[in-house]
Parts: sequence; C-alpha cells; structure tokens
Amino acid sequence: MSNHESHENHVTGYGVYLLVWLGLLMLTGITVAVAGIDFGRITITVALLIAAIKSWLVLTIFMHLKFEDTTFKIFVFVAVITFVVFIVLLFADYLFM
Amino acid sequence: MSSGDHTAHVHRDDYGSRMGMWLFLFTELILFGGLFLIYAVYRFMYPTEFHVAAMELDTVFGAVNTIILLTSSLTIAMSITALQRNRKTLSLVLQFATILLAISFMVNKYFEWGAKFGYGLYPGSEMLLDKPSGEILFFGLYYTMTGLHGLHVLIGIVFIGIIMYQVWIGRVHSTNYVRLESAGLYWHLVDIIWIFLFPLFYLII
Repeated sequence: MSNHESHENHVTGYGVYLLVWLGLLMLTGITVAVAGIDFGRITITVALLIAAIKSWLVLTIFMHLKFEDTTFKIFVFVAVITFVVFIVLLFADYLFM
Repeated sequence: MSSGDHTAHVHRDDYGSRMGMWLFLFTELILFGGLFLIYAVYRFMYPTEFHVAAMELDTVFGAVNTIILLTSSLTIAMSITALQRNRKTLSLVLQFATILLAISFMVNKYFEWGAKFGYGLYPGSEMLLDKPSGEILFFGLYYTMTGLHGLHVLIGIVFIGIIMYQVWIGRVHSTNYVRLESAGLYWHLVDIIWIFLFPLFYLII
C-alpha cells in the first residue's frame, strides 16, 4: 500500500485551483481573440494547441494526475497516443487516397 | 492503515476505484473520439462549407458556456479539498454550486437550440436540407456532438446530486471521499470535451 500513500495524503490547496482556473479563463480569452485573426492554415492548429494546453491543466491539476501513480500516467498516455494514432492513420488514408 | 479502528474489517480499495473510473473515462474518449474523427474528415472534405456554417453559431453562447463549465470544474475540485479538510458544509455548498452552474449551462443550451429550432434550423428541416451537403454535415455533427455532451452534463448533475446526498448523510466523508473524486473526474472529462467542442464549432477557424 505504501506507494499509494502519496495520493491519499495529498490535498491540493484552493489557491492552486484558483490559479489554474484563471489560467484556463485566460487561455479561453486568447482562443477567442486569436480566432478573429486569419493565420491561414495554422489557425486550426493554434486553436487545437490551446485546447490541448487547457486539457493538460485540467488533467494534471483538477484531475490530480500529477499526484497519481506512474500506472495512471502510463494509462492516460497510452489512451491519448492511441487516439492520435487513429487520427494519423485516418488522415494518411484520406490524404493519399 | 488507520481504517478499521472501530469497525470490523471493511474492504475498501480507493486506488482500484479511481483506476476503474479512469478506465471508464477512456471509453468516453473513444465514444467522443470517433465523433471528432468524423468531424475532422468532413471538415477536411468541406472546408468552405464548414467555415460558412460555423458563422451561424453564436460565439457568445459558446464562450459563456465555456466559462460556466470551467468554473464548475473549479468548484467540484475545491469541494474535494474542502471535504479532505473536514469542512463538510463548505464541500456541500461547492458541490451545489457545481450543480447550479451545470444547470445554467443547460439553460443556455436550451435557448441556443431553441432559437435555431425557432427559425427552422434543426436536423431534417427543409431549411437545413436546402443547404449544401457540407453545411448539412456540419449541423448534423453540431447537434449530435453538443447533444451527446449535453446528455453527459445531465448525467453529471445526477451523479453529483447523488454524491451530495451521500456526503449529507455522512457516507462520504473526510477519510472516505473516493466517490466524490470519481464524480469530480467525470465532471472534468465533460469539461475537457467542451474545451475541444467550443473552438471546433463556435469559433470560425
């Protein structure tokens, strides 16, 4: 059980959550502001990059992934990579059809 | 182990419970992931139509709902800290705030969808079917994905409501709060899905 203790005892302070929440709001503001500017083809990339950063904040801090065992981190990593592989394979198919 | 001081041995595995919840969340990733893949391919095939159709959606509705969901994620996260610090009332207030925010999200959604239905823009409507196929696909995906997400918000309201009751009666408390954590994990996932839905549908990108 000893390797599980780190999570059981970890209490995230309100301040940390408030900071993350402010960061998320700022990133939302940036996405909306940036959407008005036409960067051409990279516009969608910028939007998705910001969404990915927001998700990372939610996953690590709000969902406590930062304080979980390595097992949890590997699980999430594998799940995300699997989804990315789906996207790459799908587009590889569509682009070269 | 500090549990079992005054009770007979009660089997409890918080670690396993959290892992089970995460595994469930991965199935949600596949559920929504499939829809995101469909979106990606059709967007790739109909870039102009998707761009035009996205103008129909109100960015303000989307942005306000984003702020509401992010704030509700904050309140549910803080409710766990409150319970860990044995502040039951504060924890209940924060959980209730999460439910209220979730309801206001759905109220917004009701007005947003209601307005579209009002002027004849709904799945299968004549107005929609007259549009080019790329736009029909955009709105089909919009109603399916935000609808499925809305269903998750409703389930989240019920889930958090049940946990609130269990905290209230003392079944979930400062040394046994894994159920509240699970409700939180579910709620944050609903938030993450919206984080992607918002730019892909409401922002003209």
